Order: sequence, then structure tokens, then C-alpha cells
Amino acid sequence: MADATTTDPVYVTETLIAEDIDAYLDQHQHKTMLRFITCGSVDDGKSTLIGRLLYDSKMIFEDQLAALESDSKKVGTQGQEIDFALLVDGLAAEREQGITIDVAYRFFNTEKRKFIVADCPGHEQYTRNMVTGASTADLAVILIDARKGVLVQTRRHSYLCRLIGIRNIVLAVNKMDLVDYDQSVFDGIVADYTAFAASIGIDSFTAMPISGFKGDNITTRSANTPWYSGPTLVDHLETVEVNSARDAEKPFRLPVQWVNRPNLDFRGFSGLIATGSVKPGDAVRVLPSGKTSTVTSVVTLDGNLDEAVAGQSVTLCFANEIDCSRGNVISAADAPPEVADQFEATLVWLNEEALHVGRAYWLKLATQTVSATVQQPKYAVNVNTMEHVAVKTLELNAIGVAELATDKPLVFEAYADNRTLGGFILVDKLTNATVAAGMLHFSLRRAQNVHWQALDISRESRAGLKNQAPAVLWFTGLSGSGKSTIANLVEKQLFRMNRHTFLLDGDNVRHGLNRDLGFTEADRIENIRRVGEVARLMVDAGLIVITAFISPFRAEREMVRSLIPEGEFFEVFIDTPLAVAEERDVKGLYKKARAGNLKNFTGIDSPYEAPANPEIRIDTTTTTPEEAARLIVDALLGDR
Amino acid sequence: MIKTLTHLERLEAEAIHIMREVVAEAEYPVMLYSVGKDSAVMLHLARKAFYPSPPPFPLLHVDTTWKFQEMYKLRDQMARESGMELLVYQNAEAAERGINPFDHGPLHTDMWKTEGLKQALDKYGFDAAFGGARRDEEKSRAKERIFSFRTASHGWDPKNQRPELWNLYNARKNKGESIRVFPISNWTELDVWQYIHLNNVPIVPLYFADERPTVERDGMLLMVDDDRFPLAPGEVPVMRSIRFRTLGCYPLTGAVESTAKTLPAIIQETLLTTTSERQGRAIDKDAGGAGMEVKKQQGYF
Repeated sequence: MADATTTDPVYVTETLIAEDIDAYLDQHQHKTMLRFITCGSVDDGKSTLIGRLLYDSKMIFEDQLAALESDSKKVGTQGQEIDFALLVDGLAAEREQGITIDVAYRFFNTEKRKFIVADCPGHEQYTRNMVTGASTADLAVILIDARKGVLVQTRRHSYLCRLIGIRNIVLAVNKMDLVDYDQSVFDGIVADYTAFAASIGIDSFTAMPISGFKGDNITTRSANTPWYSGPTLVDHLETVEVNSARDAEKPFRLPVQWVNRPNLDFRGFSGLIATGSVKPGDAVRVLPSGKTSTVTSVVTLDGNLDEAVAGQSVTLCFANEIDCSRGNVISAADAPPEVADQFEATLVWLNEEALHVGRAYWLKLATQTVSATVQQPKYAVNVNTMEHVAVKTLELNAIGVAELATDKPLVFEAYADNRTLGGFILVDKLTNATVAAGMLHFSLRRAQNVHWQALDISRESRAGLKNQAPAVLWFTGLSGSGKSTIANLVEKQLFRMNRHTFLLDGDNVRHGLNRDLGFTEADRIENIRRVGEVARLMVDAGLIVITAFISPFRAEREMVRSLIPEGEFFEVFIDTPLAVAEERDVKGLYKKARAGNLKNFTGIDSPYEAPANPEIRIDTTTTTPEEAARLIVDALLGDR
Repeated sequence: MIKTLTHLERLEAEAIHIMREVVAEAEYPVMLYSVGKDSAVMLHLARKAFYPSPPPFPLLHVDTTWKFQEMYKLRDQMARESGMELLVYQNAEAAERGINPFDHGPLHTDMWKTEGLKQALDKYGFDAAFGGARRDEEKSRAKERIFSFRTASHGWDPKNQRPELWNLYNARKNKGESIRVFPISNWTELDVWQYIHLNNVPIVPLYFADERPTVERDGMLLMVDDDRFPLAPGEVPVMRSIRFRTLGCYPLTGAVESTAKTLPAIIQETLLTTTSERQGRAIDKDAGGAGMEVKKQQGYF
């Protein structure tokens, strides 16, 4: 089947190892690296293709091969022939199911390159996995079954590759052996794909007719496709340009990971160069401060470097001492990146728990971690039709465009220009799960014109004037638990003790500040966010703030806690069992809710998440309101 | 013309980046040090990552008391040279019960290594531990994350691992949870050898062929490293030119007959050989095809 005039690269390598190991090592030492992903539908033959690449490049040892042969007979899907897919389907659970359920990474070498393959599953519900695999790839191999042509899945995979910014697309029309290597089948599929690709902004791709199972046009030109004059898959993979080469030509950026300070005479800034290059004598600017300096040395264990480029991990020393720490970005002095705190971005939702509009998440971008909130999405994208759909939130595997705001300015670039300074993840503050991946488009102008006003009178002097330590007593509990009653008693008692206080009550705030909000989950989150911000202003003014809100969600209470200086936030859990609160039913609300006349009522059809570790817990079944107030005041003033 | 990085330069930069992220974000990191060739590379990378400072974390050796003598020698030497603190942990219960590879089979690995590692991590309260595992070693490792999360009881749940995008690692965790971090995940065995070769990384001499006293057990060639090795009546160890492809407890580690005395010769032999790396160890075969996967869920590295 192989063309007799082309040499088999695998064979040459093997001879070289046996006859001249030093020459082989020299060759291996100078190899470059290409990372690529393979995507296709369930039966397009991805695993078989990867198994074939590993097999042809001799990455399979004899003991593995023996196991493979026996497995092929037991559970294989190829009759008595070797089922290459069994080589790459990893975890026991999925080996039995016969599908790949996570991203797996494989490795092989040819004479010119080392390859890392991300094996991505094709199921609809695994957008998450494909985006993960694509995020580190230079190239994507999109597999099409020659018998089936361009499918919905093909479109979805192509769209995701485009979204993540993969420029090199290979359209591998697989299983050509099953259509008798018919050129018209191949040409028809390429024509279909060309029309679709242009519509989503893929302007070039390389199409090739292959058979992973039989080995056609994988490492050697196939005699079965004399009508095809393009490269084999491996030829193409060996010569295509890698991302890091392109990154080196952009302006210099190094996100600082760690400040290296072994003694008073050495101060270096360590990080991985994201783009561009740097050498001693270069003028640099540190963002967000904007301070400038000159690089004196590029330090490594192997000696100082004359120049370092994108992709290298280095340590830089400066001519003068300027403030620079983890999260800062060192950049070319004359071409710095932007700094902003409001953005538009594309989000890919990765978690079973959907996006909570308005809730604060951790946002990690390069080495910067800030708190960020996401607005209601402008739209989501239907990945099968590319249509824009109006949505209120983003569920698992959804892709949407939304605005987001951060609590501190971020040094950034558009994702299209710089993956490192434009790609980010969102992390749930309670579970610490990575819930979303995002790609920044641009900053929103309004943020740039609103600056913090530096105040001459400090919060300490305001508190000092009142002769008290400011604090927030944050009451939480079911409707009818006794929050407002106890909060009132606490305020009266503090007032009598000459303390300056202010009580924010749920119902009262909803008549004014929050009159535009209802009781949906998103509105409840916004309600608490606003009250949290007001409480923050009031503690800054030196007051003791008492709030009485149901505040059912743990995440929002934690969000408010993070707004208030440490040691000044007291979560007061008014612990009343639902049955007791419902029996009291002071405002008749439980009756209404039970009758179905009141929607989203906490405890009935909306959850209450009790605090895990409140500063103060009051059991109202054993404590009177007066006793409770005394306990709370003691806890607040006890150690002050 | 701008320099294009070689694959080894990119792998090195990636590993250094990962180590620096952990040091910046974890509270109390540690590097697991098994004295094998992967550990040797890890230690070298750590020294590069933080130079001119010494790596800002200790080395932890979970000892089974059954390692080769030459391993103990190199371990102590490397700790001195790197300026790092060396912590050696031995499971007291295993010592007390006299658990050994000759009489106790799989229990030996379970008590000394799996339990020993858990106990050591709990004792010192480490929240991040660097390991030298690679994705190419074994099928179930091909899907392992670079930051692998463990519950407070050190369990590994394959369904509950975090997606890793770009080179952004989420190192956040709740109290008691910990992360195992694998900076050389994307290296192959050949990469490791070549890196050792190019950087003159010190490794245990047992990787090089030499005349050593050996006996055969169940088709494996074992080295008689000390007088704890039970010989059959009348059995005399035979001197053979052997070397090791992986190093563990000496009674559990099979040698190969070889004359490779230089790194290029070792690499040549590795590339031309027909059995995969872990084949020399008994551990993968314990539970049929899924041996390593089951071990991992129990908390083995």
C-alpha cells in the first residue's frame, strides 16, 4: 500500500538509534514541539487514528502490543484485527462503555518534532473537554467519516476551535477505505466544509483523505489515492508553524509569578515570557503602576542570557528598585498593555452549577487573581447552528457573551492578540471549582473614567472620633425567625451605651434603594450585594451597622464578608427551625406561600443555606429575644 | 530571526512555571523525592526555577527501609548540595510489624508507601506535594491533571477533577484538602533521559550497567543488595552485568542484563528495547488491567 519511492521515516529513525545514537540524540535535542487536538464524533475513528500514530512512531512497546492483541480479541470492535482504539481509551469505566469521557494526552516523536496530542471526546455534553484540550493546542485535526460527511458535530468542533483561536485546521476525511478511495466523495466533503468554514471565519484549512485503520496518508503517501497530491498527515504536522514562533514577534510581556529575594543584594522577578523577547538594556514598564526601569540581567542557573524569548521561564533584574510583585506585568516600555476593570468577554461554562448573575467569583488571568461579577449574558451561542439565543444565565457547556466587572484593575489584552493576557478562568469562592473559562474582547470605556477618589480623612480617624470600633452585625435566618425583633433590641442596647449605630432592615430597604428588585435568585443576589456595599460605606464612616435580611445564600454572605475589613464582620445566625417560624407566621407570608400565592419564598420553594461557621448563633427555641440581644452585644464588645 | 525553542526547552519552561505557581499560591508545599531519575530531574528543575534562591520547600522521602543502598547515599548527597531540608518518613506501624516485601507481598507497598505517604502529609500538614509522575507512564495517567486534587482523606476522584485551560492552574482549596502537582506530566521517558544527559543531572549509579550479585525470582532478575535477602539453601548469588530501568524497593525491582555504561548507551538501549518502563515493577499487575487506577483512588501517588 505504501508508495515505494518514499522512505519510511520510522525506519530511518530506528536505524539511526541502532547505528549512531549520538547523531540520533543530537537530532532529538533539536526537535521542536507541536501540540494538537483531535476532534470528531463518536465513531469517526479518533482513538484509532491516535493509536495508529503511536504505533507507526514506535511508541508502543511489545508488552503493550501483546496486551493490545489479546484485548482486541476480547473487547475489540475490529474482529480479529488489532483495535488501535484500545491503546488510548484509558480509565476502566470508559473502557467498558467504549467512549472517551475526558481529555487524554498522548506523546509521540518523529524525526523533526515531538508531538503532544489532546484526545477530545465528541459528545455534545463534553464541550468542556474540547475547550480544555484546545486551549493549549497549536493545531486541530477535525475528523470526518467519509461515509457521513459534514455533520452537526463537525460544525460544533470547528466553531469551538475557532473560538479558542486555533489557526491551523486539518480536515481529515477518515475511513476512505470504506468508500473505495473515491475522489468525488472527498471533493464533495471538502466543498461542503469550505462553505461552512468561511461562514464562521475559518479562512484556510488543509484537507486530506486518510484511513487511520489502514494507514493511508498517515506517515506515507498512499497508492490508493493517486489523485491526492497534498502532504501526508505527519508531513503536515512536522512542518506547520507553532504558536510560540508567532508569539515571539509580539511586544514583550512577562506576568510576574514570584519575587526572588535570596538576600539583600539580589532582587529578581520570575515568570514565563508570554510574548516578545527581552535582553539586558531593554527599557521596561511595570503594569498597573506604570513605573519604568531598565533590565540589567536575565538570570538563569546556567548563567545570564543575552536574550530570552516567548515561552522561556526566566528571572529579570532591574537597574533601580521599583515596586513590582506577583500579578504585575512587565512589558516593553513603549508598548504597554491596557489596564481596566470592566470588560466584555466570551464565557464557556464548565460547571454543573449554572452562572449566578451578580455573584462574585474569583477571576484568574495570568498571575492576577481578582474578584469579579458577571452581568446577565447578552446572548448565548447555539453551537450547532451558531445562532445567538437570549438567555438569563449560562448552564454547563453553554457559550455566551457577557459584561463583567472586577474589584481591582486588571492588566490585559484582547484574547485574539494574546492568549495569556486575554484568557481567564472563574473560580467558585465556596467550592473552589473552576466554573468557567473566558476570553476577553475589550474593556468598557466607562470604567476608565471613574477613578477612586483618595480621601484625606481616613476610616480610622472617623472611627476614632466616635470612640468605637466599626463592625457589621449581619443577621441571617428564615422569615419569621426573629431577626428584626432581636436586631432592634441590639441597636437599642448599643445606643444606650453611646455607640453610633445604624439598622438596615430588609423590608425597609426594599421600599427605597432596592425597590426595583424582585425575589428571583438573581434579584436576591443583587439585593444583598447592594446592602453589602452600603454596609461597607457605613463601616468606613465608623458606624456599627446592623442588618436584618434573610440572605439565604452562603455565597452572597461570603461576598459581603470579603467586602468588609477582617475582624469587622459578624455573621449572626438566628437559628429557628422552619416549623417554628411557619407556626409563628407573624406576617402571614408562609400561609400565602403554601397556598401558592407567593413564589420563591425561602424555606418553601427557595432554599435557605444555613451558615457553617457563624461568629454568633442564636437558638430562638431556647433563648428569649432579650437574652439573645445581650449575648450578641457581649460577643461584639467583649473583646474590644 | 527569532529563536524557536526546542521541545526540551519548552518542557523545562513549563515545569518551572508550574513550580513557581505552586510556591506563590500554596501555603506549605513539599517535593516528594524518591531518588529515581524522575525525582532527579524534578530536583534539578526546582533548583533552576528559584535560582539564586534555594528551592523554598523541603524534600520528603517516604522511606520503606528497603531501597537500594546507593539510593540512600545519593539522597543525602543531593539534599546537602541543594541546600534543601530533607524529611525522611517511615511508617512506624509498618516498622513495628516488620512488614517486608518477602513475606507480605502487596501489603508491603500499601503500608510503607501508600499509608506512609498519607501519614507524612498529615503529620507535616503539607497542602501541595510535587510528584514526578508522567502521563506517558501508564494508561490511567494519560488523563491526570497537572494539579490533581485530593480530599481531606487523600482520595482521588477521577470525576471530580478541575478542567485545566491554557497554563492557568486553580490552586484554591478548602481546609484539609491538598493538591498533588506533576510538573513533568508532559515529558516522556526519552525526554527525561535526554534532559539528564544534556544537563549532567546526577543519578543513582544503578542506572548504569555493572557487575552486581543477582538471583532469579519468578522470572525477575533481583539484586542482592544486603544480607536481608533470603537465599534458598545452597543458593549463591551470581555476578551479572545488569542495570535498572526504574528504582524502587530492591526486592521488588527487576534488573535487565546490560552492558550500557554511558547515558547515550542507556538511551539507545531504552529506545530499542521491547518492554515498557513499568514492566519491571510488580505493582501495576495487582488488580488486572486497572492496577494503577485502583492504587490512585486509594491515595498512592
